[in-house]
Amino acid sequence: MAAAALLSVARQPSRTALFAFTRSLGTAPTPPRHSFDKISAQHISALKQIVGGDANCFTDATSLAAYNADWTGRYRGSSQLALRPPTPRAVADALKYCTQHGLAVVPQGGNTGLVGGGVPVYDEVVISTAALNAVESVDADSGCVVAGAGVVLQALDEELAKHNLMVPLDLGAKGSCHIGGNVSTNAGGLRYLRYGSLHGSVLGLEVALADGTLLDLLSTCRKDNTGYDLKQLFIGAEGTLGIVTRVALQAAPRPSSVQAAWIGIQTFEDVRRALRLARRHLGETLSAFEFVDRASLDVVLEGQHASMRLHDPLPDNPTPFHALVEVSGSNEAHDTEKLEHFLEAASEEGIAVDGTVASGGRQLAELWAIREGISEALARRGAPVYKYDVSIPLSCWYDIVTDMRARLSEAGYNDSSGVRVVGYGHMGDANMHLNISSLEVDDRIGNLIEPWVYEWVSSRGGSISAEHGLGQMKASAIGYSKHPEAVRLMAQIKDVLDPSGTLNPYKVLPSS
Amino acid sequence: MRILCAVKRVVDYAAKIRVNAAQTNVDTSSVKMSMNPFCEIALEEALRLKEAGIATEVVAVTVGPDAAKDTLRTAMAMGADHAVHVVHESAGAGAGALPPLAVARVLSAVVDHAGPFGMVLAGKQAIDGDNNQTGQMLAALRGWPQATFASSVSVTDGGTHAVVTREVDAGLETVKVPLPAVVTTDLRLNEPRYAKLPMILKARKREIETLSAETLNVKDHVDRDQGKLHVRKVSEPPARAGGVKTKDMDEFINMLREKGVL
Repeated sequence: MAAAALLSVARQPSRTALFAFTRSLGTAPTPPRHSFDKISAQHISALKQIVGGDANCFTDATSLAAYNADWTGRYRGSSQLALRPPTPRAVADALKYCTQHGLAVVPQGGNTGLVGGGVPVYDEVVISTAALNAVESVDADSGCVVAGAGVVLQALDEELAKHNLMVPLDLGAKGSCHIGGNVSTNAGGLRYLRYGSLHGSVLGLEVALADGTLLDLLSTCRKDNTGYDLKQLFIGAEGTLGIVTRVALQAAPRPSSVQAAWIGIQTFEDVRRALRLARRHLGETLSAFEFVDRASLDVVLEGQHASMRLHDPLPDNPTPFHALVEVSGSNEAHDTEKLEHFLEAASEEGIAVDGTVASGGRQLAELWAIREGISEALARRGAPVYKYDVSIPLSCWYDIVTDMRARLSEAGYNDSSGVRVVGYGHMGDANMHLNISSLEVDDRIGNLIEPWVYEWVSSRGGSISAEHGLGQMKASAIGYSKHPEAVRLMAQIKDVLDPSGTLNPYKVLPSS
Repeated sequence: MRILCAVKRVVDYAAKIRVNAAQTNVDTSSVKMSMNPFCEIALEEALRLKEAGIATEVVAVTVGPDAAKDTLRTAMAMGADHAVHVVHESAGAGAGALPPLAVARVLSAVVDHAGPFGMVLAGKQAIDGDNNQTGQMLAALRGWPQATFASSVSVTDGGTHAVVTREVDAGLETVKVPLPAVVTTDLRLNEPRYAKLPMILKARKREIETLSAETLNVKDHVDRDQGKLHVRKVSEPPARAGGVKTKDMDEFINMLREKGVL
């Protein structure tokens, strides 16, 4: 169809190479290697047998390179062995062998994490979920889907589409990330506002434990109040308590109507009013409320490839803030009515200076391409991007951006020196993405940012990692958002499930 | 000069479609519908001609069922001055749909009813039927010149002619046509604007002139035209077979020979 030619403006997942310069410093230096055993030929031979042969076992430098480096290019380990066990039992057996022989292990899914949680720090054995890639069942009545941990998120969504269902989360890495990894990191994403967290939509898990137990928590019941809800421990544990091998997930009905509006807003107070108004008017159909400040929009428009053809949706009325509001439902006429009603109210109450509704798929894709393209555009500027994914109370949500700008400006870093401070993110979840981008490497900038930004967030009771997790990047920063007693209890739980400490060491909790 | 811009409500270009069980059409029951992208481009061009002071009025027209009113509201939100809805249940594509000749017949009647127009702007084709016939047939019915697949349009000689660059297989061709003429639009002509909030809200309340094949006195013709084109079956293209990896060059060459490629 001629329509295919129009897909030049389409939602693009972020690409690996473009994040080559992403980093964050100031958190404690990498801890020294613990006294785990080193891999030997005997180990390799035994593990090869466990995972069923050469095809699932990688020891050559070329293959290992991909397993050893994270996609931002910032973290690089030196593992000598990567395994792709073909079954959950093989995962458990491989894990048991490694535990028994004192070999450290790092579980790896799609390797799209942003905090270095899925790559080796030293020579940990990589256990990849890639071969656990079957979608096992979809229950048309309940909407429950059971899938192997290695199913790529986008592939899972496409399979569910055949049943008029959808995966209850959506993120830029969907073309590469694994559902098991999403569960292990409690991934958030663009539709969290509507579908909530994986803590709510995961119905059951099968987890391989360090001692070789294949823990069957794979219930498909929507409601099950029998005992302690153990699966919650593994959701978001970033692979430090066990390796998720299968997932039972509550899929959501696939909306047949999706519409989006882009609003130009003058003050942040008005953006807060817009969010409250959106919740009131759009209620159950609201599926996204994304915030993009002027600095972010400028970076995207300036930094786009010639083929992307992104434009400012409201060129006649530039404003300091913008909101991308999406509604989705089952009745297009009904949803259009609600969206227009909301926009009318926003206009009458002086909240929206101007706005537009996407007329169809092309404009809808373009609005999302703007929002989803900010990260890439920042990376394309050429030098390190300092990325902070934080939860902040809405009452002071944008203050972190203005305060950061002021702090850097006082030290001589601002627009004219090529330093951009941008704020964008999932405002509906109070999740701010604060990014600072410079044109050249300058360590002074990093030192001005950290630990100031963590202290700022901590003092307002926010979270220093809203959705990206702690990984190795923030493994010593948990204290900014959790009290010592809580961290102690986490360490105790870790000790119960992984007494030898070989399961994804150096990650999440402080190394002490 | 007044411009008539024909727009069509079709399945959204990004929507995933499936053929219905009866194999007569695409299942549009729970699929997003939007203005045909080429029609959007045609409307955008009409609005630019108005903003340049060349056209004085832009009238949007659609032939379709009740729901097609949404497309006209979008047209008015973008800036069309007036909207005409010719109600007909069988617009679309697939079995039983109004064929291009019938649509052209109706549009010609609208030109008579709501004219005079110096130009009719339309998309080169609708992405549901992909016929690429309606504009050309309309020109023939009226004895007007046509300039199709436009990638640029300008009006010259004091508004009496249009110079249109056309995208053709051999490259670009520039033609000059006397007005009134039919111009159909291709992808690279322009990028349609975002409709702005104040106009979107106003468009909700504006009047749409509603007509039918009957009130336009073309019902008999349209019925006859409908009988001339019979869509027998709509089916999906054959599923792509997976690729095969060969272990070395020899095996690859042997496979090409087996398949008769070499």
